[in-house]
Amino acid sequence: MTTSSVVASESRLSSGSGHGPLPALTGAEIIAMARDAGITGRGGAGFPVWRKLAAVAAAGRPAVVIANAAEGEPASGKDKALLTAAPDLIVDGLELVARAVGARTTYLYAPAGAHSSLRSLPVELRTAPDAFVSGEESAAVAAVTGRDAVPADKRIRITESGAGGAPTLVQNVETLAHLALIARYGPGWFRAAGTADEPGTFLATISGAVRRPGAVVEAGYGVRLGDLIAAAGGPTGRLRAVLVGGYHGGWVPADPDLPVSRAAMARYGASPGAGVVVALPAGSCGLVESARIASYLAGAVAGQCGPCVNGLPRMAQTLSDLALRRVRPGLPAEVDRLARLVTGRGACRHPDGTARLVLSAMRAFDTDVAAHLSGHCLAEEGR
Amino acid sequence: MNRLHIDWTACDGRGLCTELLPELLVEDDWGYPAARTGGDLTVPVALAGEAREAVSRCPALALRLVRAEG
Repeated sequence: MTTSSVVASESRLSSGSGHGPLPALTGAEIIAMARDAGITGRGGAGFPVWRKLAAVAAAGRPAVVIANAAEGEPASGKDKALLTAAPDLIVDGLELVARAVGARTTYLYAPAGAHSSLRSLPVELRTAPDAFVSGEESAAVAAVTGRDAVPADKRIRITESGAGGAPTLVQNVETLAHLALIARYGPGWFRAAGTADEPGTFLATISGAVRRPGAVVEAGYGVRLGDLIAAAGGPTGRLRAVLVGGYHGGWVPADPDLPVSRAAMARYGASPGAGVVVALPAGSCGLVESARIASYLAGAVAGQCGPCVNGLPRMAQTLSDLALRRVRPGLPAEVDRLARLVTGRGACRHPDGTARLVLSAMRAFDTDVAAHLSGHCLAEEGR
Repeated sequence: MNRLHIDWTACDGRGLCTELLPELLVEDDWGYPAARTGGDLTVPVALAGEAREAVSRCPALALRLVRAEG
């Protein structure tokens, strides 16, 4: 695919310019609009946007806003696609949230590769390093203020004291683009897509065993998993499982009827996150693929927090031993222990997300775990 | 009720806090403090003195007492 084309089953964000001028709304009206629309952050965590706006506004001091397009997740391309397809909507959204929180300073934080096409925009650009954790909100704050793009301790929230001590809002660029459309067409229009609990559309990046890997698709929450995969050209063959929510996400069954929503994914310990969907073909071993991802994530640590720096490589190594059938007694229990040990013990959620992926693999591929422990691999044996 | 907050970016696993607060903390595989029970770092009133001492004596200044709901 050309990574800049947005395939849409719901074409909102990709419908280009021609939306007319931005309505003159007050800060309070913008926050109310975000609340009525029920929009959540599209960067992965899914936090209600209006709450974050209200928190920064309540600080009552000149704020800083950062539009976040870092997108350090390797399997995600939707923010890069949006920077190409609808930069004007991102700038509009940035203007709206700046008004809502009383910001004097705004930045667009994006990978260096995207800058050349963004220079004409009326916004101050900052470079997001090509690293998995560089999009974490406190890492974004550090980067725009000229420090290393690594996460900071969370005792004081950035909404109270972030960039240069100012109350700071970090908002994903897709979220901003949605706000630009809600301002024009209203919360009711936004809610016409998605479900009652999870309104609106989202951008998904579909990769793995599909005909057009890397396709970016816009769809309403609750869309059938099969329809998302079909929008990326359909599967290349039988699928074993699907990773939803990216490298910090979880494995779900390759069931075409499964709705892609927080509610439907919860039982698998997954969520739509930032819309990353990776299809695993039937001939691949889920444990091997998960160990590969866990090893990547272990190599992507910021290097600041002991439990993460030590725990993630050990956890990835242990899962790799299981994946490669270097078995010893108690291997699954050790994977489980390490996942629990690293969870909640870092400045950011990188250890938590990595543990979630690993635990999800142990559940989704339990038959593979049993086979590996007895020296067999179901994928190799074509079962 | 207070909770022990560990700034993991500062903690370098010297182990002083686990010595002063063995009822609350254990060392993990690498010598970093871990909650003895399920990630809960709430400080019981009976241990308030020891917790304050651990905070003031941490060589990395990585410990804080914060209100438990935070």
